[in-house]
Amino acid sequence: MIAARLDPRAQFIRLGTVVALLAAWEALARARILYADVVPTLEAIAVALVRLVASAEFYHSLAITALEVGAGIVIAAATGVAAGILFGARRFLGRAVEPYVVALATTPKIIFLPIVMLMVGIGVESKTALGALSGFFPIAISTMAGMREVRRVHIQVGRSFNCSAAQMVRLIYLPALVGPILTGLRLGLGVTLIGVLLAEIKIAKAGLGFLAQDLYSRFQIPDLYALLIVVFVIAVLINEAMTAAGRRLDPAGARR
Amino acid sequence: MRAGPAAAGLAGLAVLLAATEGVVAAGWVSALVVPLPTDVAVATVELMTSGQLGDALATTLYEAAAASFAASVLGIAAGYALFRYTALGRAYESWFAALFAAPIVLLYPLFLVVFGRSATTIIVMGVVTGVAPIILNTLRGLVEVPRRLVDVGRAANCSPAQLFWKVQFPAAAPTVFTGIRLGIIYTLVNVIGIEFLINFGGLGNLVSATYDRFDVPGMYAAILFIVLLSALFFVALGAVETRIRPT
Repeated sequence: MIAARLDPRAQFIRLGTVVALLAAWEALARARILYADVVPTLEAIAVALVRLVASAEFYHSLAITALEVGAGIVIAAATGVAAGILFGARRFLGRAVEPYVVALATTPKIIFLPIVMLMVGIGVESKTALGALSGFFPIAISTMAGMREVRRVHIQVGRSFNCSAAQMVRLIYLPALVGPILTGLRLGLGVTLIGVLLAEIKIAKAGLGFLAQDLYSRFQIPDLYALLIVVFVIAVLINEAMTAAGRRLDPAGARR
Repeated sequence: MRAGPAAAGLAGLAVLLAATEGVVAAGWVSALVVPLPTDVAVATVELMTSGQLGDALATTLYEAAAASFAASVLGIAAGYALFRYTALGRAYESWFAALFAAPIVLLYPLFLVVFGRSATTIIVMGVVTGVAPIILNTLRGLVEVPRRLVDVGRAANCSPAQLFWKVQFPAAAPTVFTGIRLGIIYTLVNVIGIEFLINFGGLGNLVSATYDRFDVPGMYAAILFIVLLSALFFVALGAVETRIRPT
């Protein structure tokens, strides 16, 4: 995708780097400097990768994680956009709560997992809740920032037509917020995925994070590498898809 | 910030705490789920006087400082290399940008396999999660040094080393610092997160430990302390950044 625009020299360096890294990895694996398969051979990882994508367990875990991430991002989007519009439209309220929102946004969300578990137990709900909590902040902050960019003229037009609060949101704010909301959703989906997976790794009975923890505890290292490769590819694809969606739906804001 | 909204925010927080106290005291919400705010205050004092909070804070700060320092040295060196050798920069810049956006923290089980449950795992994870913004901002800062500044340096017959230390680096410093600020925050967040996940080390482990012994007020106290610490870092680093960035 990006490689097409690169000059031959840079492409050569990239190719060389990939080959060198893979060769160094293989050499390290074959030399057995690190004990007990900490660095498995490429062949072992490839075999594990095939075994993984052919197993029913993988798709079962994927479905659970997808459900948690999907429900989490929907909750995060609904609450985040609502909070962003409210805090953006009511300037005084916005200034009063902003320091608290920003303070919570910088903390590692995973440490809230014990509170979430006390409230909703250790099942699927707790992962969904942690995912929603993680995704809320980038969406709310991006929407809030977007509200400052809504053109005053548009707001005045809405007011002079005596729009109700609901009409203002639907006809004036939301159309102007497409770009910031998409940006927030892209960032939010990334952290929701991380939140869900970390929560699954910590305590769960199902899901990709649980699968990773399970493979780790059984010391099936090639399978663990294979799983993390797949998770990484999924995360990158989601990010690319969201970026592409942003470019299509909001061409003007693509450079923001 | 003007006093009005800040005062309203504090008042809102006070009302929220008082309401929580009332709701929990009345038994509408179990104190095993949400403890009385006054109990959390007592637990905070207990954690402080017993030295647990201080020890945990010291461990976390040590790990975060070691990781931030290593990430800064590596990041600035790598950013400079990408700037100096432009072909490398063109080849690698988008890779590092992708790394910046990637969920690196999910790789921690692998680092656990290699380094075990130790401070090394936590510090290495801190470095890996914090280095990308430092590399990218160093590169951007150096690329954006105004041409005429470099020309002045050349005209004064600066050696390449002098040119870098006396002209390019000072001119790029504010942008580099933006990278370091982001790097430190990511490092701190990930260090605490990993501590919690592997039950090892400082503040993150304190949350884990208090949860495991059903010390709910203590757990809330530890979590609130982490929120305060992150906010403090965010505000302090932001203040430093506004000071060193020329307007």
